Amino acid sequence: MSRRTWRRFTDRMMVGVLYAGAVVAVLPLLLILINLVIKGASSLNWAFFTRIPVPAGETGGGVANAIVGSGLIVGVASLVGLPIGIGAGLFCAEYPASRLAKVSRFVADVLNGTPSIVVGVFAWTWIVARQHHFSALAGSAALAMLMIPMVLRTTEEVVRLVPHALREAALALGYPRWRTALAIVARTALPGIVTGSLLSVARIAGETAPLLFTALGSQYLSFNLDQPMAALPLTVFTYATGPYAEWHQMAWATALVLILLVLGLSIAMRIATRRRFTANG
Amino acid sequence: MAEAPVRLATESLTAWYGSKAGVRDVSLRFPANAVHALIGPSGCGKSTFLRALNRMHELSEGGRISGRVLLDGEDIYARGTSAMAVRRRVGMVFQRPTPFPTMSIYDNVAAGLQIERRRPRTELDGIVERALRQAALWDEVKDRLQTSAIALSGGQQQRLCIARAVAPAPEVLLFDEPTASLDPLGTQRIEELAFELKREYTIVIVTHNLQQAARVSDTTTFFYLGQMIETGATRQMFTTPRQEQTEAYITGRFG
Repeated sequence: MSRRTWRRFTDRMMVGVLYAGAVVAVLPLLLILINLVIKGASSLNWAFFTRIPVPAGETGGGVANAIVGSGLIVGVASLVGLPIGIGAGLFCAEYPASRLAKVSRFVADVLNGTPSIVVGVFAWTWIVARQHHFSALAGSAALAMLMIPMVLRTTEEVVRLVPHALREAALALGYPRWRTALAIVARTALPGIVTGSLLSVARIAGETAPLLFTALGSQYLSFNLDQPMAALPLTVFTYATGPYAEWHQMAWATALVLILLVLGLSIAMRIATRRRFTANG
Repeated sequence: MAEAPVRLATESLTAWYGSKAGVRDVSLRFPANAVHALIGPSGCGKSTFLRALNRMHELSEGGRISGRVLLDGEDIYARGTSAMAVRRRVGMVFQRPTPFPTMSIYDNVAAGLQIERRRPRTELDGIVERALRQAALWDEVKDRLQTSAIALSGGQQQRLCIARAVAPAPEVLLFDEPTASLDPLGTQRIEELAFELKREYTIVIVTHNLQQAARVSDTTTFFYLGQMIETGATRQMFTTPRQEQTEAYITGRFG
């Protein structure tokens, strides 16, 4: 074999390996989606989104309570977790040598490696056990606790990618330090911050374990954050582990709704925060 | 130049990085409405010196100074003087163009104007146009002020940065190798600009390009190994330097 054909062969082979890697990486997501659509889509109808569950044995009903519940619990968790996580991440990136930044970074890494069920138990001990009742708010607290270290680290990483020259340019114009961080650095890193935040919202929207000890779940539509509340992952868990075939069917459909909601949220935010300017103006 | 008032002066200025001096014991006077070039081989301290003139040096790790820097006779390092206020009076343009990528051309130029107080749009419009005209960029961008600043060419971006620096009406402009990343045409335009701008501003320019120093500057100062070796009128420095090291450098024997 001549050297030339050998080179061409190696080139093709390596490109093929890379393609295969990319396909393998995307494949699980596709398989999950396809599987969910096949098993769950048939149960999706208007009632599924607007009704609450019916007693076991009856057919029909929906998961409106879980959709509302997930929205509220995740919404409150994000309201608390995102500002704290983003703020702390910005701080760690802008003052990397400070003691507070080093401590926060370390704590965030430890928390990121903590199983979510441990955070659930923690929230149970400190909130549920003290109040003597389960509540959606306790669930939000647990989810926020999971969210903060994730957002902190992703924010820190994307903010650090902003060229140092931009900071200098702003400071040389007479910008105070904090305004440089917010108006120039954070603004430039915004797409990355949004992506990181979204990933964390998606992650916690699917968390089940921390909610088992906190929000508990509920059969009824509730807007009261101080009471137990349904959530999509809890509903999937309950239905999937239940004894009835209709319940299993409901679990598939609920899982499909959960993943579609997360996907929809990601796409919507992508469009909303699309870079105002592209390279060609 | 003798009759022009001294805009900026240093007295025994030493700029430290921790316990190491980047540039040591420099006393210089920069008369108003002239271009002053700082030359010397890499690492000689000329950029450190420049950054001490608008208090950017103190942002570097361990950055501090001793001695004094006088702007219109007042020490910019005096107790109670804010570095931010100093930087608004002493603008800076860097080696690489640094337009803010999330802002339009217009907003880039206006970026330094809104720090102390909000200004009405009509006032901003006037200042932005004037700054862009001063930077010889107005004709090229007047029809697309609201488009992205990073869509401009490198040379245009650098002129945009000059417009951004002159918009708040500083007294002094510091240029830190402003043409290092530009092609010859872009370089020429910046040099012409420096010549134009000295009518209103006092300019201090760091350059590696000796021809550039000879072309644009009125006075030249030579730095070597953290020391100020020689300073004087540019013509004299390039024709009859007094110090041997200066002559060696400008004739290309080192650096």
